[in-house]
Amino acid sequence: MNSPSAIINKILTFSAVDGPGNRLVVFFQGCNLACLNCHNPYTMGRCNDCGDCIPHCPQQALSMDDTGTVRWDADLCSQCDTCLSVCTFSASPKTLRYSVSELLDVVQDNTPFISGITLSGGEATTQLPFILAFLTALRTNPATAALSCLVDSNGLLGKTAWQQLLPLVDGVMLDIKAWHTDQHKAITGSHNHRVKASLDQLIRSKKLAELRFLLIPSVTDFDPPPDDLLLMLRGLSPETPIRINGFQHHGVVGAAAFWPPAQSDDISRFQQVLHSAGLLNVKIPVHTEKMSLPFR
Amino acid sequence: MTLIQDRLLSIATDPLLSFKQKSRQFALSADEQLPYLSLSDGLSTALESRVVCDMFEGHAPFKPRYVLPDYALFLKQGSCYLELPPADTLDEALTYLGILYHHVPSVTDLPVFLGHIDRLLLPYIDDVSDAQLYQKLKLFWIQLDRTLPDAFVHANIGPEDNRIARAILAIEAELKQTVPNLTFMYDPAITSDDLLRAVTDTLCQCNKPHIANNPLHEAQFTDTGFGIVSCYNALSLGGGANTLVRLNLRKVAEQSDSLEDFFAHQLPRYSDLMFELIEARTDFLHNRSGFFNSFLVSEGLIHEDRFSPMWGVFGLAQAVNHLGSLANKQGSYGNSEWHNALAPRISQALSDIVTETFVTFGYKNRALLHSQAGISTDSEETPGTRIPYGEEPDIISHVKIAASHHAYYPSGISDVLQLDQTVVDNPESVFQLCKGALQIGMREFTVNIAHQDLVRVTGFMIKRSDIEKLQAEGSRSNTAALGVEAVEKTGILNRRPRVVSDELTVSDYQ
Ligand code: SF4
Ligand code: SF4
Repeated sequence: MNSPSAIINKILTFSAVDGPGNRLVVFFQGCNLACLNCHNPYTMGRCNDCGDCIPHCPQQALSMDDTGTVRWDADLCSQCDTCLSVCTFSASPKTLRYSVSELLDVVQDNTPFISGITLSGGEATTQLPFILAFLTALRTNPATAALSCLVDSNGLLGKTAWQQLLPLVDGVMLDIKAWHTDQHKAITGSHNHRVKASLDQLIRSKKLAELRFLLIPSVTDFDPPPDDLLLMLRGLSPETPIRINGFQHHGVVGAAAFWPPAQSDDISRFQQVLHSAGLLNVKIPVHTEKMSLPFR
Repeated sequence: MTLIQDRLLSIATDPLLSFKQKSRQFALSADEQLPYLSLSDGLSTALESRVVCDMFEGHAPFKPRYVLPDYALFLKQGSCYLELPPADTLDEALTYLGILYHHVPSVTDLPVFLGHIDRLLLPYIDDVSDAQLYQKLKLFWIQLDRTLPDAFVHANIGPEDNRIARAILAIEAELKQTVPNLTFMYDPAITSDDLLRAVTDTLCQCNKPHIANNPLHEAQFTDTGFGIVSCYNALSLGGGANTLVRLNLRKVAEQSDSLEDFFAHQLPRYSDLMFELIEARTDFLHNRSGFFNSFLVSEGLIHEDRFSPMWGVFGLAQAVNHLGSLANKQGSYGNSEWHNALAPRISQALSDIVTETFVTFGYKNRALLHSQAGISTDSEETPGTRIPYGEEPDIISHVKIAASHHAYYPSGISDVLQLDQTVVDNPESVFQLCKGALQIGMREFTVNIAHQDLVRVTGFMIKRSDIEKLQAEGSRSNTAALGVEAVEKTGILNRRPRVVSDELTVSDYQ
């Protein structure tokens, strides 16, 4: 059998926000939720080679080869993102295909600089066979075996699949998009029974590396917190890493562009809720100044 | 009034300069009245067109550019000239150092090297408690900032772990001063991860210290030891730099019709002129100025034969891009393999020239190659071998490209690694980046985290808050004005911060 390959949207060699220390982050293409607030909607779909974006590319960086596959020439591309905006499948022609050993080479080239790797997306677990093969290779290669390995997930993966994946990773960072299922459906298009089951499973197997709440004022149902959310929070160990992310408009398209961005007040109120539930390790967004210097 | 009288009057009446700053401007203007040293026509032309640049060191070089006295010897033996006995206590050591600093010249008039502060003071702290030590060093640090108001004044700590290094890191995080500039020497065989973490934690609070790779530097200065001074210049201890001249690689490339012409003719031609300028300037300093009759020499704190000329280059990025267009190559330095491979070939060619050429006044009769960080008026050239601001690739590729040059520049080469402020929440990421950079052979570097009050300019630091103040009411800092000029002309604030993630930041719009 051929060894599996992956469709990857991009690889970041330095990230301070995807787990402890510096992470090499692999963004897999494709997601099984359709969140209205997605900041990179072009990572949701997979290119079906329809070719519609080709004539729109101002740099002639896109073409169709003899086999009917859309090809992207990274050297010609100016990263104008026109192709992303014309694609009606929430896909991108600018993805790369990696074999297990190619991706392993990328990691190995960067080992002096990284504390570990984080598999993200899109939704990394939609390419499970590749991930399992890649992590097994990573763990058996002496140069990379010591790296910590985290997965960033929306929690839609099923129980048996988690059982295969969890022994290979140090932890999972789980996104909570909304608490009640109706609310979850309104934001993501799907109910969240599986997400809650995954949360449970991750807690029990001690693989919950971070729990993330994306706060969208008046849209997400975290503030004030529903009773069963509070109950869950109180049941967590006090050291559980929690991150509050604040909704911002950057990259968002459609209805969500009219939702209010999260302000510092919204964040501190929810932070208070988490603190009073006994949680000690809560990270919040860093405050940035928009003005950089008093210069003309 | 004559032109010069006009100039002097405008200095005397400038409402934004302090009286000391006025005195210095007067002195510089007086020096300019002397005829320049006698030079060949070819060199005069190259100086006028600024292909070769004398760093505005003046017409009559009567003091070395950078001086690194042996402060340990001074504390041990005292000084006849300064009528000081050997130091016995921490208070004495700090006071005596403070005195000697005022007798150490440099191109800026202020000392650019304060010593390996931790190693210097360790013999005096056995009976000093941690709290006392912190308080005394803090006052000392405040005194340095207020009496030596120039961000090129530079102290060194590390690579060993000790109470003084730890206290200074904590004081830096508390005071966030531009002075002194600070370098931490890292040595994988000596420095613990825990100490390097303390360094990167401090970095996350104030963009200081600068980090240097101790074993790489040590190998270059085995007989004398070394210090990191001014911006990030590595020089012999007990010696220094007698002069610094620099070559504008952009202009050299623009004089060339091909890659071949650049390497075979233009580079050697202008290198000869660089050496001629070095000979002229060092001849005046060593043979005519009388500088080496100073007590610093007679008391053994410096040695005339440990001074080296620094052979600086800048604008490598523009040179590479120009040569690329001559060779019909797409892309640019930082973003194309062809360009990234050509750049270190130029560094190597320069290194071959400098290490093979005799100079009359230089340690072991050689000049030292230096990747010069630029001066505040360079608007068309990128400092040294750096990638142009705003064109840097991802930070790891950036570090790898930068590191490909580091073996060739013994007297210093540095890059500013610009990071987004989300790293402040995760200092371990900065630690890991620094460790990786040191491991792949970077000689030294600086991390600059966006949105902090202290900003790294070329190698020295300014405070954003000072910039605003300077425009309104002048500044007690001699370097704030250079910083402002650099911000306006060289685009340092265009450095591209990496690691941006929008959901992880908030900015409230009122
Ligand atoms: S990226 Fe989108 S538009 Fe372009 S070929 Fe693929 S599916 Fe079609
Ligand atoms: S981003 Fe897309 S449309 Fe723009 S140049 Fe690249 S491939 Fe072409």
